[in-house]
Amino acid sequence: MSSRLPSWKELPIGAVILEPGSSRRYKTHEWRTLRPVINQDKCIRCRICWSYCPEPAILEVDKPYVTSTNRRYEITYMVDYDYCKGCGICAQECPVKAIEMVPEVR
Amino acid sequence: MSRALTIRDLPREERFAPGHRMCQGCGAAILMRHITKALPKDTIIVQATGCVEVTTTLYPETSWMNPWLHIAFENAAAGASGVEAAIKVLKKKGQLPPGKEVRVVAIGGDGGTFDIGIQALSGMLERGHDILYIVYDNEAYMNTGIQRSGATPFGAWTTTTPVGKVWHGEWRRKKDIIGIALAHRVPYVATVNPAYLPDLYAKVSKAMSIKGPKLIHAFSPCVPGWRYEPALTITIAKMAVQTGMWINYEIENGVLNVTTPVPKRKPVREYLKLQGRFRHLTDEEINTIQKFVDEQVAYINKLAGKEVIGPVEA
Repeated sequence: MSSRLPSWKELPIGAVILEPGSSRRYKTHEWRTLRPVINQDKCIRCRICWSYCPEPAILEVDKPYVTSTNRRYEITYMVDYDYCKGCGICAQECPVKAIEMVPEVR
Repeated sequence: MSRALTIRDLPREERFAPGHRMCQGCGAAILMRHITKALPKDTIIVQATGCVEVTTTLYPETSWMNPWLHIAFENAAAGASGVEAAIKVLKKKGQLPPGKEVRVVAIGGDGGTFDIGIQALSGMLERGHDILYIVYDNEAYMNTGIQRSGATPFGAWTTTTPVGKVWHGEWRRKKDIIGIALAHRVPYVATVNPAYLPDLYAKVSKAMSIKGPKLIHAFSPCVPGWRYEPALTITIAKMAVQTGMWINYEIENGVLNVTTPVPKRKPVREYLKLQGRFRHLTDEEINTIQKFVDEQVAYINKLAGKEVIGPVEA
């Protein structure tokens, strides 16, 4: 957001918000005290963490990944650390415990 | 539907943007994310005041990708009725192409539906508007600081049903909103739970394919109001179904279908002990809650015509 606030003459009539999904500008990562870290070798791509994320802060990307045991996956799940609030649902629900919550150190 | 949907059928495209200010681990946020995935793109959402409204639309930002209208606490259903009527008039006047499908969805919390918005909801159901009304039920007025609502279950602590010498949490039973909707002879009602997302997706899609007034009642765990660790949202939502506290079903034209059968129920204690709002309960009160649940399960089994929700496992 710009440092200068818009005057009332510049705002749309009725103060309607014209840009869909504009809350993306607000990063909620500062709420976090624990950070989820996905172990890509352990992850079985079951989609559960992605589906239960409230933000959504777990991204499903078409990025191939080859595990240490030479298993190839076409998709990768990645945490969007800009928005993750660190609730820990993903780590709690992961069936193979591939997500670890580690303390956020700044 | 020829086959049951699975987690792989949920679309990847997000229709609900991050950056909203809902609490860590909010159940309603998971619901909104997947509800918006299931809605057609030309759907106008009318939202009552409540947690989701204040946390998703902090001016000048919004998390919604659909046309979205905030209306007062009591009249989400009335506002949605107006929007639906306006679409009809615009089509009649030729200002909207007659073939263009614009659907209307109203979303309210339990306070805005069970208590404050009940007459607007009743009017909407009675007049037969083509609207899907979704109530996300976190079982109290969580946004204003955990005051009891008509949806607060028996025994729950809230700030207005405190625990002390005289009071021991809520002493009244939860309102049966599905029963209220059914009394209006609506074509479709359903209950959904954030732990069962393919089921939620299928029900919202199905509701949108039906003309007429519809109601979906959604279970929405609340971290600060129910007093639990944020990571347990889905665990609690699953436990609610496994204990029979919450039953996932749909009633289409009077025919009930339980979408998540539970062959063996767990005792309600398993659900209650996960939440701080029930920590004061005595064994006698837990038995009372178990009795309420047994009654509800017997009622649903009777409507289903067979035992879809089993007995409590020993």
